[in-house]
Amino acid sequence: MLTKRIIPCLDVKDGRVVKGVQFVGLRDAGDPVECAARYDREGADELTFLDITASHEKRGIILDVVRHTAEQVFMPLTVGGGVRTEDDVRELLKAGADKVSINTAAVYDPDFVAASARRFGSQCTVVAVDARRRHYEGTSGHERPDTVPPPWAGTYPELLVNPEDRTGWEIYTHGGRNPTGIDVVKWCRRMEDLGAGEILLTSMDRDGTKAGYDIKLTRAISEAVAVPVIASGGVGSPEHLLDGLTVGKADAVLAASIFHYGQYTIDECKYFLSSRGVKVRS
Amino acid sequence: MIAIVDYGVGNLRSVAKALERVGAEVRVTSDADEISSADGVVLPGVGAFGKCMDNLRAAGLEDCVRSVAGSDTPFFGICVGMQILFDESEEFGPVKGLGILPGKVKRFARRTPDMKIPHMGWNQLQISERGRAPQLRGIPDGAFVYFVHSYYVDADASDLAASTTNYGRSFISSVWSDNIFATQFHPEKSQKLGLKLLANFAVMAGEPVP
Repeated sequence: MLTKRIIPCLDVKDGRVVKGVQFVGLRDAGDPVECAARYDREGADELTFLDITASHEKRGIILDVVRHTAEQVFMPLTVGGGVRTEDDVRELLKAGADKVSINTAAVYDPDFVAASARRFGSQCTVVAVDARRRHYEGTSGHERPDTVPPPWAGTYPELLVNPEDRTGWEIYTHGGRNPTGIDVVKWCRRMEDLGAGEILLTSMDRDGTKAGYDIKLTRAISEAVAVPVIASGGVGSPEHLLDGLTVGKADAVLAASIFHYGQYTIDECKYFLSSRGVKVRS
Repeated sequence: MIAIVDYGVGNLRSVAKALERVGAEVRVTSDADEISSADGVVLPGVGAFGKCMDNLRAAGLEDCVRSVAGSDTPFFGICVGMQILFDESEEFGPVKGLGILPGKVKRFARRTPDMKIPHMGWNQLQISERGRAPQLRGIPDGAFVYFVHSYYVDADASDLAASTTNYGRSFISSVWSDNIFATQFHPEKSQKLGLKLLANFAVMAGEPVP
C-alpha cells in the first residue's frame, strides 16, 4: 500500500540553512548536506530545499548544495525557490534534484509549467502555491493590499476570483504579500491540466503560526485534483500532521520547525501517525 | 566496470553516485563500444516513453542496448528504462518499445478519488513466488521502495515478475529474465534497501563490492 509521506523542508540562503536548525550532535547545523543526512537517518520520506537566496549572483550556490546532497543521501529531493526558466530546472535536475518546484514563475507564465512538464516530465514538475483565505478569520483590521494581477488575467478571467464573493482562497506571491486575484482551486486544476505532477500547497495564513494546516484549504485542493497534494504551513505538533493527512486528505505533509528544533523526530511523528491508523513507511 | 547508458534523459548522477557508494566502478557513457564491453549495464529513464525511445534511437544506441540485453551481461533497467524493454506503451501512443520482453505499458486508472496519479511515494514489494531474483537477495518481502510513475507494466507473461506491488491493482514492480533485471521503482532513491539492491547487481557484474 502506498504510504503517506513526511517531508522536512530546509530553507537555504547563500548555501546555509536558515531558520535555525538545532540538531544535537551535528558538527555544523547550518550545513544543508549534514541536515539532509540527519533527516535521511531519521526516516524522512523525501526532502525539500527551499532556496531563499536573494542575490542573483549567488544563485549557483544551491546547485553545489544539491550536488553534495545527492552524493550522500539516496532519497527523493525537491528543490524550489527562484526557479524561472527551463534552464533553471535543467541545472537543478542535472545537479541531482528529483523534482523542481515552480511558484511565482508559474503565476506569471503558466506555459512555463507546461514547457517544463513536456521537456522534463510531470513527475519532476511540482507547482508550489501560496494561498490565503479570502475571508480573514479573526484578523480584523487586516488591510488587503492592492491586487497585482498576472499579465494573462484578461485572457483567462475564469481562473480569477469573483471580487464580490469573499469565500475560498486566493493565490499570493512574494512570500504572501501580493494578492493576484487568482482563485486557488481553479488555479490548481489548471496547473494539473498543464502537466504539474504534484501540488505543494502552503497556507500563508497559517505559515509560521504553529496552529496547524488550513485543513479546509488542504481538503478542497486534495479533492479538486488527481495529482498528489503536499500540505504545508502551520505545523506545530504531530496531531497537525495527522489532521492534514486524514481530514485534509493530503498525500504528504511538509514541515520545518517542529523537526529542526528537535521538538519531534520524524520517527516519533511516524509512530504517532501509525498508532492513529495512518499508513506510513516504517 | 558498470556502464550507465547516457541517452539524454533524466538524472544519471543519482544512479552513478549510488553505484559508486556501494563500491562499483561506474562510467556514464553514450559510447556503444564502451557499453557493449562493460561488465554490467544500467539503462535509466524518466519522462515520456516515446521520448525515451526517440532519444535512444537518436543516440544510435537502440541496437547496442538490444544486443547487451540479449547477451549474458548483467543488465539493469530503471523506471522508464524498464518500461521500454517491453512491446509498447499507451503513453501518447501506442508507441513501440524495444520488445525485448513481452507485455504492454498502461496508464493507471483512478479507482477512487483518493487514488492519485502519478503513483508517487513509498510502496511495498511482494516478492514473487517463482524464486528470488539474485538482485533481490536480502530484500525482505514487504520492503518499501520509492516510486514515481503514471504508467505500469501489464506483462502478458506475468511469470517474468520478480516482484509485484499494489496500487489500485497489482502491477509488476520488478522483472527478471535471465541476465535482465529491471525495476519500476527507483533503487537509487530508496535509501538503504535500494543501495542493497544495487550492490547485489554490482556483485553480479563482478565489481569488488565490500
